[in-house]
Amino acid sequence: MTDPNKRRHGLRLVLAIAIAGLFAASAWAQDGVTDKTIRIGMFGPLTGPVSIYGYPINDGAIAAYKAVNDAGGINGRKIEIVTYDNHSSAAESVRAFQRAASEDHVNAVIASYISEVVLALEPWTGRLKTVMVTPGAASDVITQNIAKDYDNLKYTFHGYLTSTSLSDLVCAAAKDLLVNQLHMKTAVVMSEDAAWTTPLDAEYVKCLPQIGLQVLDHIRVSPDTTDFTPIFNKIEGEKPDVMITGISHVGVQPTAQWKQQEVPIPMFGISSQATNSSFWNDTNGAVEGVLYQAVSGPDVAVTPKTLPFVNAFKAKYGNFPSYCGYTAYDEVYYLADAFKRAGSTDPDKLVDALEKTDYVGTIGRVQFKGKDSPNPHALKVGPDTITGLMLQWQDGKQTNLWPANVANGKLKFPKFIKIGSTN
Amino acid sequence: MLFWQILIDGFAISSLYALGATGFALIFGVSGVLNLSHGALMVAAVVAAWAAGDQLHAGPYAGAGLGVAVGFGATLLTYFLIVRPLQQSRKIREEEKEIFILTATLLWGIMIQELIAYLYTNNAKTVAPIVQGVVRIAGVRTPSNEIFTAVVCWLVIGVLWLLVNRTRAGKAVLAASMNPRGVTLLGIELSQIYIAVWAIYGALVGIAGVLLGMFLGVSSYSVGPLTASAFSIVVLGGLGSVSGALIAAYVVGYLETLTAYLVSPAYRTIPALLLLVAVMYVRPRGLLGRR
Repeated sequence: MTDPNKRRHGLRLVLAIAIAGLFAASAWAQDGVTDKTIRIGMFGPLTGPVSIYGYPINDGAIAAYKAVNDAGGINGRKIEIVTYDNHSSAAESVRAFQRAASEDHVNAVIASYISEVVLALEPWTGRLKTVMVTPGAASDVITQNIAKDYDNLKYTFHGYLTSTSLSDLVCAAAKDLLVNQLHMKTAVVMSEDAAWTTPLDAEYVKCLPQIGLQVLDHIRVSPDTTDFTPIFNKIEGEKPDVMITGISHVGVQPTAQWKQQEVPIPMFGISSQATNSSFWNDTNGAVEGVLYQAVSGPDVAVTPKTLPFVNAFKAKYGNFPSYCGYTAYDEVYYLADAFKRAGSTDPDKLVDALEKTDYVGTIGRVQFKGKDSPNPHALKVGPDTITGLMLQWQDGKQTNLWPANVANGKLKFPKFIKIGSTN
Repeated sequence: MLFWQILIDGFAISSLYALGATGFALIFGVSGVLNLSHGALMVAAVVAAWAAGDQLHAGPYAGAGLGVAVGFGATLLTYFLIVRPLQQSRKIREEEKEIFILTATLLWGIMIQELIAYLYTNNAKTVAPIVQGVVRIAGVRTPSNEIFTAVVCWLVIGVLWLLVNRTRAGKAVLAASMNPRGVTLLGIELSQIYIAVWAIYGALVGIAGVLLGMFLGVSSYSVGPLTASAFSIVVLGGLGSVSGALIAAYVVGYLETLTAYLVSPAYRTIPALLLLVAVMYVRPRGLLGRR
């Protein structure tokens, strides 16, 4: 996702393993070449204020590459991860990318959860013919660009959900939970005014009526807002059954004020900060009852790989990974798999192999949309691939409510919430 | 309905501004210092109260107490580390001291802001409210915390008034704001008065900060706007006049609230700043200013 990720910083985790020299881009022998390694560059903010999101990318990738190496590597070649500090800046990321490709000769790059950074790097993947897979960032533009200039930008793969996909998943969950279970009929969309919410809101406005929720109003809130009282006041005046949210940069203040003012309308949708395990404390429990989309949740076995990864991560690092930890972990694996299938580090062959990815990762089954889609190299979403989850904070715990087959709780709202048309 | 909503909301935020601005005005009135680290000190108090709850698992009262204590301590630190050395420095010319102190407090405020962001990120923080729940006033559902905020602000202002007007020490402070030399002629140590004033300011900043944290929450980004708010209120009310600051706080608070409700929350700070510019043209000494 975009803006809020600007807040996320990383801890310095230098995983770099010395890599042996250079290797030509031409095909190399698969067996018997044991001294060579496959280099994967990783970009992230490695200095600056510590945050909840940053280091899981590195940690997730570390966990993965070590496991791959222990299992024999890729056709005898070990993976080496080289990290670059980009200070969350697009300009620095470009420089880092140039260095990574030209001097360090990385074979692929895992970069950023900030859409602005990814968009800045995208043209460079073509110029430097280096594959980039993103563990985060939600902008639809990333993959729309690939459709417009496939031959140059095919080296970019969007390893996370686009804003449009996120809206569709929220609508899918809303259909089951809000319309079918709670018989809701109306909604107000409330999102922060940022680049990532433009396509999100556009899709909300389309998909919500399709599942039976009439959109009464669409409010965009400045990310600098500190007092949400007038906004909640306005929304309450319109008497919707639910507030469908798109917030990320803001989180603590609207949530805490929602509770304090006892606004009787539930919040459902995207609230990225709520995915952090520390958010309960951050809001002094005000997040009770808030429903938010995530790709992972505690004790939720999205796939057979999910919980082993989470437990190992927690054992090693002492806390749960945030969403980009999962995606970075998966990316190392399916990149390694793609290298194997390509039988080469040649970037064009790697792209072909990646396009055929069919990998069960920790957040679902990873498949990429094809060349002819309006969003090439975006993740496929749906019941057979990735559905995400809909979680709700209950009594200090993140409980999963959707999809039903991995739910571990039931809807539960604080007393001040009024369900139904008695607002 | 909206009228009552605005009236009540505006009252709570204005009371909070009044408390903070009173301290700011006091410091300027007595020791001539425009403390541009004002916002940073308030945010430090909030973050300390939040950290007490989050990391030390302190209850709301203990957390609030720690927050006030940190605000108080940080303010005194500001005085002894930044302000006093510059005031007493022989290397700076007298006429230039004010600018030096202004700049120094600004930079000090930025340092505190960045330290907070480094230690705790620039994500917003709220403090567990001591008072929870809502009440209905004229049909408007109002968080009890807002009423608590307004009550505490006025209690503290009331205590301050009693202190300044009814106690000997307080009267010395008042006298010092009018005529520092006269006070020294009476045999009262000016340096002690300064320390007393900064101590009072510290308490005000700590309490205002913690209340703000319980009411709306802050982030390290709030530092600038909070200082700007206090500054514009004090200038509007008349530099050095505490009662002027009180009135101006309500003017600014209500302007902001009206704007947030009737225009858009995104523009809430603009009218007050425009008013400030207008006042500078029309009546530079502010509402009740003396200097």
